[in-house]
Amino acid sequence: MLAQQLVNGVLLGATYALFALGFTLMFGVLKVINLTYGFYFTAGAFAALFFTRYVVASVWLALPVAAIAAGIIAMACDGLLLTRLRRRGAPELSSLMVTVGAVLALNSAAAALFSPDIRRLPVGLVSVESFNFWGVRVTTAQFLVLGASIVLVGALIWLLRGTRVGVAIRAVAENPEAAGLMGINTGRTAALVSFVSGALAGAGGMLIGLNFNAIHPYMGEEMMLRGFVVVIVGGLGDIRGALIAGLMLGVVEVLTAGYIDSGMKEAVSFAILVLVLWTRPSGLFGAPKLRRA
Amino acid sequence: MSSTESLLSVAGLEVAYGRTAAVQGIDLVVGEGQVVSLIGANGAGKTTTLRALSGMMRPRAGRIVFAGADIAGLPAHRVAALGMRHVPEGRQIFAELTVDENLAMGAWLESDGAEIARRREQVLERFPRLRERLTQAAGTLSGGEQQMLALGRALMGAPRLLLLDEPSMGLAPLFVEEIFGIIEGLKREGVTILLVEQNASAALEVADTAYVLEGGRIALSGPALKVAHDPAVMAAYLGG
Ligand SMILES: Nc1ncnc2c1ncn2[C@@H]1O[C@H](COP(=O)(O)OP(=O)(O)OP(=O)(O)O)[C@@H](O)[C@H]1O
Ligand SMILES: [Mg+2]
Repeated sequence: MLAQQLVNGVLLGATYALFALGFTLMFGVLKVINLTYGFYFTAGAFAALFFTRYVVASVWLALPVAAIAAGIIAMACDGLLLTRLRRRGAPELSSLMVTVGAVLALNSAAAALFSPDIRRLPVGLVSVESFNFWGVRVTTAQFLVLGASIVLVGALIWLLRGTRVGVAIRAVAENPEAAGLMGINTGRTAALVSFVSGALAGAGGMLIGLNFNAIHPYMGEEMMLRGFVVVIVGGLGDIRGALIAGLMLGVVEVLTAGYIDSGMKEAVSFAILVLVLWTRPSGLFGAPKLRRA
Repeated sequence: MSSTESLLSVAGLEVAYGRTAAVQGIDLVVGEGQVVSLIGANGAGKTTTLRALSGMMRPRAGRIVFAGADIAGLPAHRVAALGMRHVPEGRQIFAELTVDENLAMGAWLESDGAEIARRREQVLERFPRLRERLTQAAGTLSGGEQQMLALGRALMGAPRLLLLDEPSMGLAPLFVEEIFGIIEGLKREGVTILLVEQNASAALEVADTAYVLEGGRIALSGPALKVAHDPAVMAAYLGG
């Protein structure tokens, strides 16, 4: 029973980590708490839904479609909402408030357009088969979620640590002015980071949609609550921290639901958030650092 | 010095922070292969001038012609693409990147891997201390080493014009000497340099031409030797 719950928790946590990674990357580089981030998650799930329903019923194609669609939306949102403010060096609070307004508008528009009902991915998109390992049951969907999360997280770390573009992203994160002096186009870097972050959110949206088989316009908002817990516990801008905290939150939620009450999940998560902030104001793993990718 | 052979020519440059003018209409010429020193007291506007030249700040008025192009108001990355490299005040190395990654960023605009490797080798020959610390986070270097990294990073861009803002600031005398030795070496190799310095005597010694900035205006300019022997300059900047 415990083993099963730990496995479920880790699998859930993998998606949380994936989601939080994009959020923390966006903050780490662009220095903005961008609340529209949750919308990219919803957008990815809906892109996957429509793609599998009306184009091709393939999970393998739906995942990149969800990621790319959400990435493009994220790039557009950042370009429209925040570039102006960034160029003028507006205070962080104004950027935050712009994203508060924008996400409310986007979510209500999505609810009006798509109706707030819960939708499901086409039947038979993934096999309902499940595998048994010494009494622990893992579904095909769960395998897929785990595999995709590992690949995406690996790709992000490779981008940031193993490529010149990734080094440039970290340079911009640390000192955009000096990066400009190197000839790095900081505006283009911001667009790229928005795309990558949005793509991670979109992929997360599709995977959660798959795991729980439930897609609705407010799923991003619910996810943002967890995103906050993960990103703050892990340390804003800290990639390794987001990974660890994401997995932890998944396990904590599943264990709370299993041994206490499923209604207590959020209460426990936020209690942890408050405790961490009290004791370690910059997250469990110290100061925010993109270097710890 | 006719304008045809000048690499950089500035006319009527004005730069302000909000409403306060920091640079109030200066003219300045840097010829190809020259070392030009810009000296002046604290707050005279030296840093502000360099920031406007490299595109870190938008000038309020004036013309900046670099390598034949009017660059006034261009963003920094586009000025860099024309071959100007600015080693800013306070070095501004990427503390969280390794030394090697800092150097790589200096060559961001170069896509030819072999050329990058060649420049890197040259820089490491010039600054052997950096070679021993390639994989170290740049923030863990000493002040003098950070200054060398900042210089090396700029040289990775194979600059046509190098802007140096107080490269000797805060360094021990031995390091100061080393830095000026490096500037001498670059000069011999034909690198064009616009040097801002508090250390006026060393700056005037290495320079061909000098400008004295006071309250955002050029108070005096001319051949460095002549400026160094100006009584007012001697009294104000050379300790008598
Ligand atoms: N960010 C800023 N905001 C407002 N005023 C500024 C700013 N930076 C500089 N100034 C003002 O502009 C003027 C010129 O400053 P600048 O930094 O160019 O001087 P400097 O000659 O480089 O001095 P130092 O030798 O101390 O480096 C000063 O009066 C300074 O107070
Ligand atoms: Mg200065």
